[in-house]
Amino acid sequence: MRRSTRLAVFAATLAVLALVPFVVPGYPTTLATEMLIFATLAMSIDILSGFAGRTPLCHGAIFGVSTYVLLYYVTVANGNVWVGAALGIAAATLTAMIFALLAVRTSGVYFLLLTLALGMVVWGVCLRWTSVTGGENGIRGTVRPAWLGNARVLYYFILVVTSAMTAAMWRFVRSPFGLTLAGIRESETRMRALGYDVPLHLFLAFTVSGFFAGLAGVLYAFFNSFVSPSTVGLEQSVEGLLMALVGGVGTLFGGLVGAAIIISLENLVSAYTERWMMALGLLFIFTMIFAPSGVLGRVREALAGNGKPRT
Amino acid sequence: MTLAAIQVLNGLTFAALLFLVASGFTLIFGLMRIVNLAHGALYLMGGYIALSTAMESGSFALAIAAAAAAIALAGFLVDRFLLGFVKGHELRQVLLTLGIALCLNDLALVIWGGDTFTVPVPEALRGAWSFAGISYPRYRLFVLAVGVVVFVLLWLLVNRTRLGALIRAGVDDAETVEAIGIDIKRVFVGTFMLGAALAGVGGALGGAFLSLYPTADSEILVFSLAVVIIGGRGSLWGAAVGSLFVAMLATYGQVWFPELAYFVIFGPMALLLAFRPLGLFGRAA
Repeated sequence: MRRSTRLAVFAATLAVLALVPFVVPGYPTTLATEMLIFATLAMSIDILSGFAGRTPLCHGAIFGVSTYVLLYYVTVANGNVWVGAALGIAAATLTAMIFALLAVRTSGVYFLLLTLALGMVVWGVCLRWTSVTGGENGIRGTVRPAWLGNARVLYYFILVVTSAMTAAMWRFVRSPFGLTLAGIRESETRMRALGYDVPLHLFLAFTVSGFFAGLAGVLYAFFNSFVSPSTVGLEQSVEGLLMALVGGVGTLFGGLVGAAIIISLENLVSAYTERWMMALGLLFIFTMIFAPSGVLGRVREALAGNGKPRT
Repeated sequence: MTLAAIQVLNGLTFAALLFLVASGFTLIFGLMRIVNLAHGALYLMGGYIALSTAMESGSFALAIAAAAAAIALAGFLVDRFLLGFVKGHELRQVLLTLGIALCLNDLALVIWGGDTFTVPVPEALRGAWSFAGISYPRYRLFVLAVGVVVFVLLWLLVNRTRLGALIRAGVDDAETVEAIGIDIKRVFVGTFMLGAALAGVGGALGGAFLSLYPTADSEILVFSLAVVIIGGRGSLWGAAVGSLFVAMLATYGQVWFPELAYFVIFGPMALLLAFRPLGLFGRAA
């Protein structure tokens, strides 16, 4: 896609998103807010799965650590919300760094398994460490400042933050560093032979990805005012990864498309039945069998091959 | 002294249960390169099926048999009709099994609801056994015995039979096995069913002492993952040693650091992985 076309698509997307609170106020705006938050999470996952070629199943945990820290700091320790937000992001980034130290030596399925296990550790700690995390009951409390109390203002605040973060992630994956990651995804041995420090690159990519996931977690604390072990659980990681997959791995903006599809679907399905988990599972199965490259992946293939999908 | 012995027995019996579940997981992983994330869901399903069978018929043996048969059938269907679509794509296979896990869990929630159940055990296995001043639940000793028997049977199967030779050959080089005229697909299906059946039996036995509830599947899955990561892919000894290791850490972790029990299990696992990425008994693919 040419630069000018891409800018036009960006501008159009942003314009549509900016109009949401006027066109569909009320509940749909709340949904759109949630969608933006999860789009940030899905894009942070795509940094690893799409660009570094390492599919993680622990981002729900990294995301939720930041939500937990912010809610704890503000409601239990009575701290300042912005300090709490900074601490939350720092905690998420630190968690990602620890995970990265352990996981960068593995790849493929092993990476997936190890990150799954590491994410479950966080879940186990949040569930059992009742004196701090409140166990099953979680932590409840409004953390957003009073000026963000209005749903419309909150939406715009989150739109501004996620747009800035998306731009930052886009710059990151298109930077020489991001291209090195793509090189590692394509051929690790070749990059090593060229003199690149592969584990270091993966470590940094994981850390950056964790930073953005932590940021999404802070926004989620603003939005949801509640955190419980299910926020850091496997389902959260799975849902985030599915958003990245449905949108298209390696496209970055696929995260936005995937989050829009899955959150709309979740609401649609939940309106009729309680079987959302089953629907999510079926969606996973169908995506893997019929559309592994995702929506934007398909679009990109179509553009690249004049309508014919690339093989 | 008595307390220490009971702790050791708790660890050993939990290890036996873990081995049942993890050995199926590692067999499938080792031979077919499929990480079956639905393994925990199959365990839970097996447990629920055993529960319903035991309630209806009153027979514990029948309950175990029903769980094994039903889950083996489920394994057959998954392997035949779903995994076939994504042959050769490791990551897509894993994510597909994750989708299956979500569906199965929700199905279990529809059928059996969200309450906690315990599979009823027969009179002969209830109560405690006293020996040298220690009394210990009979049922847990029974699970320990089953674990040992299954280990011996699997060892004999893998090391002393033609099927075992095919499995071992397939773990090392599936293509060559196929090239010399053996229908490796049938070996694959058989292994998948065997691995699934082990999960089913694990669910039936585990359902009587760990009890069954909606998140039990991911807990047992994570324990199995730890076992396989520690033991190494496809190794029976690895699964046995890994089960002992994880079960002991889990048992003592719960006593010493109840709030951080998970750290105690996964800390050493992570440390081991830093030095041996393929696990204790793992070999490069």
